[in-house]
Amino acid sequence: MKHKLLIVSVLSGSLFLLGGCGYNKNNSLVVFNYGDYLDPSIIDSFEKETGIKILYEEYQSPEEMYMKYKADIVDYDVICSSDYILEKLRTEDELLPINFDNIPNAANVDEHLWEFSKTFDPENKYTIPHYWGTLGILYNTRLVDEKVDSWDILFNSKYSGQIIMENSVRDSFVPALKMLGYSINTDNTDELDEAEKILIEQRPMVQAYLLDSARDEMIAENAAIALVYSGEAPYATEYNDDLAYVVPKEGSNVWVDSWAVTKDCKNTENAEKFLNYLLRVDISKISFEYNHYGTPNKKLAEILPAKYTEDPALFPPSDVLDNCEIFRSLDRGTQDYYSKLWKEIKLD
Amino acid sequence: MNSPKKTWFAFPYILWIIGFTLIPLGLVLYYAFTGADGGFTLANVLAITEPVHLKSLWTSLKMAFLTTLICFILAYPLGLVLCSLNLKKSNFIIFLFILPMWMNFLLRTMAWQLILSTNGVLNTLLGFLHLPKVHIIYTFQAVLIGMVYDFLPFMILPIYNSLSSIGDDVVEAGKDLGAGYFTILRKIIFPLSLPGVISGITMVFVPSMTSFVISNILGGSNTLLIGNIIEQEFTYNFNWNLGSGLSFVLLVFTLISMGLMSVFDKSEGGTNKW
Repeated sequence: MKHKLLIVSVLSGSLFLLGGCGYNKNNSLVVFNYGDYLDPSIIDSFEKETGIKILYEEYQSPEEMYMKYKADIVDYDVICSSDYILEKLRTEDELLPINFDNIPNAANVDEHLWEFSKTFDPENKYTIPHYWGTLGILYNTRLVDEKVDSWDILFNSKYSGQIIMENSVRDSFVPALKMLGYSINTDNTDELDEAEKILIEQRPMVQAYLLDSARDEMIAENAAIALVYSGEAPYATEYNDDLAYVVPKEGSNVWVDSWAVTKDCKNTENAEKFLNYLLRVDISKISFEYNHYGTPNKKLAEILPAKYTEDPALFPPSDVLDNCEIFRSLDRGTQDYYSKLWKEIKLD
Repeated sequence: MNSPKKTWFAFPYILWIIGFTLIPLGLVLYYAFTGADGGFTLANVLAITEPVHLKSLWTSLKMAFLTTLICFILAYPLGLVLCSLNLKKSNFIIFLFILPMWMNFLLRTMAWQLILSTNGVLNTLLGFLHLPKVHIIYTFQAVLIGMVYDFLPFMILPIYNSLSSIGDDVVEAGKDLGAGYFTILRKIIFPLSLPGVISGITMVFVPSMTSFVISNILGGSNTLLIGNIIEQEFTYNFNWNLGSGLSFVLLVFTLISMGLMSVFDKSEGGTNKW
């Protein structure tokens, strides 16, 4: 599936190049973002308001973004991507520091997120949060009797055969590592072995390890509990009222997808205008209503209806957030070790 | 026919082979025999001897064998029936078997997910008939069903082709000499249809051993085929070297099975038909 999307995006990318020739380069901005991650009306209104032409391109996975950026065929001015890939770009000197004097709306961003961003951008100089969220448990309140606030529900034999895990190495290790009280970025093989033991015990209880379809299986009530990203929760609860999302009290992974300005950017003033625009409360609101992903805008949070602000999928309580961590990239050896454990778990 | 000028017609094909077979194959070999530091190593290929990899290779072989066997059992009688029908009818039935191939392969596999899932079409139907529910989705059997469904046409077509090219005269000659139906089937029809059977087996066995999408969708990662391991190494672990090393081993297994088939084919005196 991914490959098909890749081909589509390559094709649309080349169309974009053809179309791009006619524009005045000085008053345009090339924006590179995840697919379906920005309401198109925001681009229109920005163009109308400022006269700056946006050339908008989308990608499917951060790895794809990285390859296209590195290929240097298109000079992308502004990029929105995941924490760890921006960290990679920053350490490779690919990003420009942002002049925050030109972005007064940066004051709207919640302190929590600046704090989290320090993991991949230690001085908060290169990135501005766009959306953020957590990894947590999506469960069916009709099928699960207990109060769900801990990862241990994923290891409860009562729900054997009703549990769906993520088919992704690091995500599936988060519950086990957090239950043991270890960091999700650990490279200690003893800690990883302990986590593996728990996951092997859990193995017979797991219905399936799925990637994108976990949400759909939960909506269809083919399973009672699933490990999912918070971004899946609003969509799932919209289709099935019995579903609820929680970030367990032991803590979890938190992700911050952020904007950054690349060193290819010729007109940083335009880039900063764009980033400032996105953080305006009315624009953040349009953005939030577009896909209901966690907004970093605290001024917007103040005016949102209680049904959103009290939703732990969007605004997890701060004591839970204190236990959450951002994924750091692992060294080759640890990554291979993870891969080995993962195969052992699934083949056991 | 073999005038030198005519060979130029093969030119586009040669370009195709170079661009989409030889160069990628060369890349796979390069990655398979180099380590992360770029130096020569056999570690990636020898990694197949690790218990997890051997186990998944065994699962893949078992899956491929069962898929091929079931496809053959379904396809051969069908081929016989089709040959006994008149041409118009049999063409229509063949068309029915090819028709699903017009739809995307992923969509068809996902449809099976909906049919087999816990609250899916099959279980709803069973519930309606007051029969107990079955749990098939995300098991070995679910992957097997998906494989058989997806690869069956590749068994039917070559078998039907070779069966329909057997002349009525040889069958009638057998009857003249007093052979019964099963003797004719065993001594005349089956040996003559062997080239079709063998290309059918190859066309089902090879893709079912290398596939990873069907087991991803219908197996829910509970059935880890060697293809899934390779996919994991490439996409999640970014270890192209190990992924290529395992691909190389799979390639060797594929070549061995094709080699065995062609030996079989020649010793039976059939013609190579693909």
